[in-house]
Amino acid sequence: MATVSVTDISKTYPNGAQAVRPASFDIADGELIVLVGPSGCGKSTLLRMVAGLEDITTGDLRIGDRVVNDLDPAERDIAMVFQNYALYPHMTVAKNMAYGLKNRGASKDEIAAKVTEAAEMLSLTPLLDRRPSQLSGGQRQRVAMGRAIVRDPALFLFDEPLSNLDAKLRHQMRVEIRNLQRRLNVTAMYVTHDQVEAMTMADRIFVLNAGGIEQIGTPSEIYRKPASTFVASFMGAPPMNLLNGKADGGKVHIGESAVPMPCADGSVLLGIRPEEVAVSQMGTIPFKLTLIEELGASRLLHGTVAGQDFVVNAPNDDTALAEELMLEFPANALHLFDAETGKRL
Amino acid sequence: MTKITRNKKPIRLNDIVDHAILILGGLLMLFPVYLAFTTTSHDNITLSREGLQFGFGDQMGHNFYAAMFEKGGFSEQIDGTTMLMNSLILGIGFAVGKIVLSMAAAYAIVYFRLRFATFAFWVIFTTILLPLEVRILPSYEVVTGLGMANTYGGLIVPLLASATGTFFFRQFFLSVPEELVEAARIDGAGPGKFFIDILVPLSRTMIAAIFIIMFVYGWNQYLWPTLITTDEGLFTLVRGIKQITQSIYEGNQIPEYGQAWALAIIAMLPPVVIVIFFQSWFVKGLVESEK
Repeated sequence: MATVSVTDISKTYPNGAQAVRPASFDIADGELIVLVGPSGCGKSTLLRMVAGLEDITTGDLRIGDRVVNDLDPAERDIAMVFQNYALYPHMTVAKNMAYGLKNRGASKDEIAAKVTEAAEMLSLTPLLDRRPSQLSGGQRQRVAMGRAIVRDPALFLFDEPLSNLDAKLRHQMRVEIRNLQRRLNVTAMYVTHDQVEAMTMADRIFVLNAGGIEQIGTPSEIYRKPASTFVASFMGAPPMNLLNGKADGGKVHIGESAVPMPCADGSVLLGIRPEEVAVSQMGTIPFKLTLIEELGASRLLHGTVAGQDFVVNAPNDDTALAEELMLEFPANALHLFDAETGKRL
Repeated sequence: MTKITRNKKPIRLNDIVDHAILILGGLLMLFPVYLAFTTTSHDNITLSREGLQFGFGDQMGHNFYAAMFEKGGFSEQIDGTTMLMNSLILGIGFAVGKIVLSMAAAYAIVYFRLRFATFAFWVIFTTILLPLEVRILPSYEVVTGLGMANTYGGLIVPLLASATGTFFFRQFFLSVPEELVEAARIDGAGPGKFFIDILVPLSRTMIAAIFIIMFVYGWNQYLWPTLITTDEGLFTLVRGIKQITQSIYEGNQIPEYGQAWALAIIAMLPPVVIVIFFQSWFVKGLVESEK
């Protein structure tokens, strides 16, 4: 258990490519933060820098009250769970979990006690004598967790740990990991490209884009107040609708229609989440329907507003829909972004 | 009622031809071995007079006994048992030495950020073009210069330097997932521990495969042992056989053909045994895909 404090940390590869732009943040004791972003945004690199698997080009990394920039991974008091689990294939489950302790010179009794405890916590006890190749994906994932737990580290690192599991198991493990992290009250950093994982698990989410941190916030802050069009469209499925419009005299004009929205005049992007749009006779914005996707409880209506792509997530009431519909944008669901920088206004 | 029927496939002409070819090939390979066996069972006079024998005689036991335990050679000091020992020392020493050396080299090349690691690998690799036969004179010069002529060391060490093992292990190490190295680093395993605890056990089947190839290669060595060992106490089986038949050129006695054939059969056995023994490892390695 420890806090993590990062000051102006950055990574530049010898060939000059900057993988992580200088970033500073703090992680509170017992907090689970999720680093989320598209492939190549630097989230894994950032995690690996914290782990000590990548060198830190500039800046300071503190775990607890130590600066650990130049320490070996083993000396940083961290544990890491890898995407492909990285279990030692020739060792039994018990030995896999014990290996780190053995290398630290723990006594046999201590190792046995800790492995037994971790195995019970993860219901791995009947599998202790098996090899990784004899386990299912979910069980392997749990062994990888067990290997991290037995060491009692100050910081847990997860590198896309659920990507190799099927959807159902992923959901189950998500809950399990979250429960475990709460129970052990250990600080954790979790990397994923899956925004659902990020939303459901995180105390705070770090959204990364192109090597920089785009926004830091709780899941609801990220969802309610995205700091940029990138965050707005990355978090949420389907992504937030963004319409090009012109602000003029307290209204934003989109094609023929206008939405009241107090802001400075100029080009703006008007954002609204598909699930917050209402289809209604009273609506003021015309919508041309082109395709319907059935989701069961609701359906996605794909179409255009003033010639721009637009998606509506409407409750599924089994009614036939006309090709021309009217939409209503609730005022409190609207987001406004600068058309040039993409920053929230 | 269910009837259990065996799914009988009609025998096709193709199958017959395939099997005929396989059986013919098998016979072709086995016949010389059979011939060696039958010939061993006759006495020297018969062999000298009539050549190879197709039927069994009654001298089998005597020939094997004489080949293994009767002292022979100029010094009257060497027998088949000693030669067998020497061959085993050469075969096993060579195979083990080669595995240790090439694993260490491959480990350095793959896992350490050395300058010129790739260059070093290709330099090692090009030595495939320089087998011992090509560099035999300089090798002889060096080994005798080091005073290693007529020692097991002199017999084994010069053969060790070649690239095949390094190449195989390099390819294998490259296929080991990177995360395993990282997990081991986080688990506090240094380079030495990682090698012993993780890499060597993972390479088991690879080691077995290379051991077979290298043991047979070392066992069958002829030219180098002939050159570097003049002391009869260090003769290997493969070159000892020749020593026995050589008396045809030197003396006026009848060469001991029967013993030579017996030694030839004994020389064949260990490679066969090794292959059979390690075959189970191969199969195990194939079934347990552990990577």
